[in-house]
Amino acid sequence: MRAAIAYRHRPTALHACRATVAASFGASIVLAALIAANPVVLAALLVAVCGAASLASVAREVRTAAAWTLVPLVAMTVIVNLLVSREGLTVFARLGDWAVLGQVNLTLEALVYGLVTALRIVIVVLACVLAYCTADPDELLAASRRWLPHSGLAAVLGTRMLPVLAADAARLSQAQRCRADGGATGARARLAILRATVQGALDRSLDVAAVLEMRGYGAGRRTRREHEPLSRHDIAFAAAAAAIVALALASTALASASFSVYPLIRAHFGFTALALGAATVCAALLPFLDQRGVER
Amino acid sequence: MTAVEFDAVTYKYPGAARPALRSVSLSIEPGEFCVVAGLSGCGKSTLLRAAAGLAPRFFGGEIDGRVRVNGVDTRDASVAQIGQHAGTVLQDPETQVVMATVRAEIALALENRGLPRAEVARAVEETALAVGVADLLDRSTAELSGGELQRVALAAALAPRPALVLLDEPTSQLDPVAGDELIWQLRRLNQESDTAVLLVEHRLERCLAAADRVVALDDGELVCDADPQGFLRWAAKAAPRLMTPGARLFAAAGIEPLPAGVKQARATLRREGLSPAAATAEGSPAPRPAGPCALELKGVWHELRDGPVLLRNVDLKVAPGEAVALMGRNGAGKSTLLRHCAGLEEPTRGAVRSGGRVALLMQNPSDYLLHERVADEAPHAALELVSLAGLADRNPRDLSGGERQRLALAIVLAGGEAPAVIALDEPTRGMDAAAKDALAAWLLARCSAGCAVLVATHDTEFAARFAARTVLLARGRVIADGPTGATLARGRWFTTETARILGGARDALLPEDGARVIRRADAVSAASEAPA
Repeated sequence: MRAAIAYRHRPTALHACRATVAASFGASIVLAALIAANPVVLAALLVAVCGAASLASVAREVRTAAAWTLVPLVAMTVIVNLLVSREGLTVFARLGDWAVLGQVNLTLEALVYGLVTALRIVIVVLACVLAYCTADPDELLAASRRWLPHSGLAAVLGTRMLPVLAADAARLSQAQRCRADGGATGARARLAILRATVQGALDRSLDVAAVLEMRGYGAGRRTRREHEPLSRHDIAFAAAAAAIVALALASTALASASFSVYPLIRAHFGFTALALGAATVCAALLPFLDQRGVER
Repeated sequence: MTAVEFDAVTYKYPGAARPALRSVSLSIEPGEFCVVAGLSGCGKSTLLRAAAGLAPRFFGGEIDGRVRVNGVDTRDASVAQIGQHAGTVLQDPETQVVMATVRAEIALALENRGLPRAEVARAVEETALAVGVADLLDRSTAELSGGELQRVALAAALAPRPALVLLDEPTSQLDPVAGDELIWQLRRLNQESDTAVLLVEHRLERCLAAADRVVALDDGELVCDADPQGFLRWAAKAAPRLMTPGARLFAAAGIEPLPAGVKQARATLRREGLSPAAATAEGSPAPRPAGPCALELKGVWHELRDGPVLLRNVDLKVAPGEAVALMGRNGAGKSTLLRHCAGLEEPTRGAVRSGGRVALLMQNPSDYLLHERVADEAPHAALELVSLAGLADRNPRDLSGGERQRLALAIVLAGGEAPAVIALDEPTRGMDAAAKDALAAWLLARCSAGCAVLVATHDTEFAARFAARTVLLARGRVIADGPTGATLARGRWFTTETARILGGARDALLPEDGARVIRRADAVSAASEAPA
């Protein structure tokens, strides 16, 4: 059974990069999403991550991740912020006294802040999926174990376990459909499958760890990696990653692109913000145009 | 130096009431090919785990005595250090691969030994060719089938050319062709490079001819250590369940010596003048059930959106009460076809109709188990049907493999509407002969009650015992469909050991039928020699 989200080599410019560069490209989008506050720049980052996923042929994986995370994350972040935030001034609903939360007034600022935070979280999740599906974990392990052997082991366990557990969950779910009553549906059934998958995760990780040890991981010296020159794609995507972070930093530094929510919303959606957003999208997507040296 | 030496080894798993190994002493020399035989739960896998250093390092428990691998005491070395001397492949192929691509997987053990890159690259290519995974080298391990994963795990274990190879049922997910190929590849490796092989296998007929030595375990104790023929002589007296079909054939026909393989058996029959006439290659028409159908597939196609075609225009009708075996190589489309029957997949073209519910038991019965008590998984009536009512308060995870499978069967059978079809995917994986016979009898009882049974299996002996009809699939297409006797007896690979020995004579597939064929040949031979 094929895991819904897993690394597979594909004939795209991002897959033609070395794993560390592909991972850095995803990481730069995560970092930019955490730095930038202006919704225009965040929207541009969302466009950039979706566009990059599409051009890297991992749009289906990103869509799958979005389908699982988008609604609960957005709903939870917005609702929680709306209920607990006390900093906004523009009240649009008064809900009275709540036992635990006290006086609850819903403000426009809390709503906007919740939406911006949710947008940020969605970008982070999608960028992580993009990096996970485009950076070869074997290469990452080889690179990381040179300096961090134990973190490298944890990383490979993680990368290996994710598709294994995803396949486990898919099989468990199908097995439930084979039950005489068609299996339970809804949140309770999902919870039961999740519990069974998690219960099996420890056994699975022990098995994988045992195999790694049996293959001699950590026993002695390792094969030296030859120094490989940077390819055109390595250079292009590394530059793109640097540009994305720089543009995010610029959006927070420039007053003409600043954005603050509390106590009242002060937003600049003018030329500077739009230009930064457009530049972010271009920086993320332009490296994909170069198809030279991409193995089919 | 001895490849592996067990010196009075006793091992008990944590919390277990009895030891899994009891005072086992055994030495395997370089270049020996040793098969470990025994019924389920006798300690075969534990023996391998102790040799790999996993017991007690990973599994915990208490060990007494000493295990030395290539001179290294497993008590003084880490699992990784033992791994420098012994390549190990355990039962579950899903957890035997740790890297993202096949090439990286095979290279891992070599890189961990610090070999130069050029040597790593060469060893990867050579091992991949030897094990038949060269075309998978650049594939992602996440998208490999169980059989492919098993071969990749074997390649990864063999690549560093270890002094000892430890294999726990390495052919359990392989079709008969790939399984036989793998055993002979191991034999070649063992002969050409002096690698010692310690192989646990339930299907002894597959590996006995290649073995130098067989050790049998019973309840953790070493009860036999002999060459293959000595083992068969011992098994005939002490453990008939461990006899190969060829040995049972000869024992039933009263012929000595008991054969360790097809070649030996045929030579004996020739020498005794008992070779029956081989079957003619006449085709037999596919039986078309008249009347109501329990299951009908009409022109079913399954084409992946960005992948290959898994089923191509499959037509299949199964009558109520019919027992059908579905066979074919790994990746032929057997599991996909069963999933279509159960409605888990939608055909991209064609249609599937059934006369009622299709109860599908997929390959891993543990996938069906979600609760903490057996009684919470299925109602009492269903548990009684599979003889598990007495274990209602146990935790499903504590059940044996066979019991879990019966519980999973109870789960899919439970409910108001009795199923029109029971479909099982590779139900005999990891089962010993006794458990297989019990499953065949249980399924035939369901057939007698009017339920159609469809089983996808690589196990020809099981198919011959239970199925009246066999359907062979190749690349998603039905290539043969007929009575099991005619379909399997004339095959070269998808056939039983009895049929191979007798050349398919009189469509005899099972030892008891084969013995009758030999006795008849004996009578004919005696009559022709008698004076007119």
